[in-house]
Amino acid sequence: MRYWFPFPFLSLGLLLFWVLISQSVSPGTLVLGGALSIALAWAMVNLGPHKSVPGRVRPLFRLAGAVLVDVVRSNIAVLRVMLGRRGKPATSGFLTVDLTLQDENAIALLACILTATPGTAWLEFDRTTRQLTLHILDTADGMDWQHIIKTRYERPLTEIFQ
Amino acid sequence: MSELLIIWCMLLAQLMLGVAMACTLYRIIFGPRAQDRVLGLDALYVCAMLLLLTFGIRTANVIYFEAALIIAVLGFVSTIAFAKFMMRGEVIE
Amino acid sequence: MTVLDLPAWAAIPVCLLLLLGAGNALAGAIGLLRLKSFYARLHAPSLMVSGATILICLASMLTFAVLQNRWVFHELAIIAFMIITTPVTLMLLGQAALYRDRAEGSQEVPHKEEGLKTEAAVEE
Repeated sequence: MRYWFPFPFLSLGLLLFWVLISQSVSPGTLVLGGALSIALAWAMVNLGPHKSVPGRVRPLFRLAGAVLVDVVRSNIAVLRVMLGRRGKPATSGFLTVDLTLQDENAIALLACILTATPGTAWLEFDRTTRQLTLHILDTADGMDWQHIIKTRYERPLTEIFQ
Repeated sequence: MSELLIIWCMLLAQLMLGVAMACTLYRIIFGPRAQDRVLGLDALYVCAMLLLLTFGIRTANVIYFEAALIIAVLGFVSTIAFAKFMMRGEVIE
Repeated sequence: MTVLDLPAWAAIPVCLLLLLGAGNALAGAIGLLRLKSFYARLHAPSLMVSGATILICLASMLTFAVLQNRWVFHELAIIAFMIITTPVTLMLLGQAALYRDRAEGSQEVPHKEEGLKTEAAVEE
């Protein structure tokens, strides 16, 4: 079973994508999509990605909810900065955070979250010093970004991928 | 009544996306540095994709969706290639 | 079958989503135009993607679901694709800009600690 389906979730996702694009659930589509998804998962084995299994599911949903709220809220905040009074946004600056997160896929997920949230941009992560460099669009809105990243995102991620 | 609403909303949305494309075009032409131009190009791709999606809604034609998907893929690959080029000076390592 | 055949109960949300999405994209583009530094401008496309793409794709889904009575939402593919790829492009662009600024010795970007150490070692 493990041999035939090295990455079951990847195969499932590819099959879903195939069905969505070809806009039908006819048997032919399913067979072709299934064969393609299994073959592409085999191709993935050669790349040798770092495997990690999400241990607990409940923090994952809580994290997703928090991210959704944050995306909407920071969307509005960034809109206000961009359309605001003439001149540049109050103060934008760089920020460095020391990450304690070890799992590589968790760090990739954190990168996706921080980039999808307007207002924070991921610039660089140094593997040797475990230091992350961010750019914050508006540092003057009274939010402690270091604290937010540490408690709001990093703690649930370590809970999920431990 | 609803027809009039749809016509004007479509027109307004397309106008807004067109102005957005013009803004990104300004960044591509006058961007002070190379990374600004690449960022403008990336935003231009996104705007073009959105404009195609609105065309698709307006004509109720699914073919625009495929074009939008292709533009999204092309924009991704070209931006990656440009960023790699700026970092290393060569695309294929 | 055109979009004008939409019943009123569907036309209003479609128009609202469409206008909000296009307005979001326009705001992102204006931000791209107005903000002063490259790193601040890096935030504009993420606004376009997370706001505008999702809203316009939702409008498209709603239109085709009502008009053609189909429930295969292939616009979800575009949303998923954009959400997955945008972090990668913006991260790479940010890294490239950081690398170029550091190579020019700009004082406005944070320096890498190892880089400073090796420079000191070279001087010794």
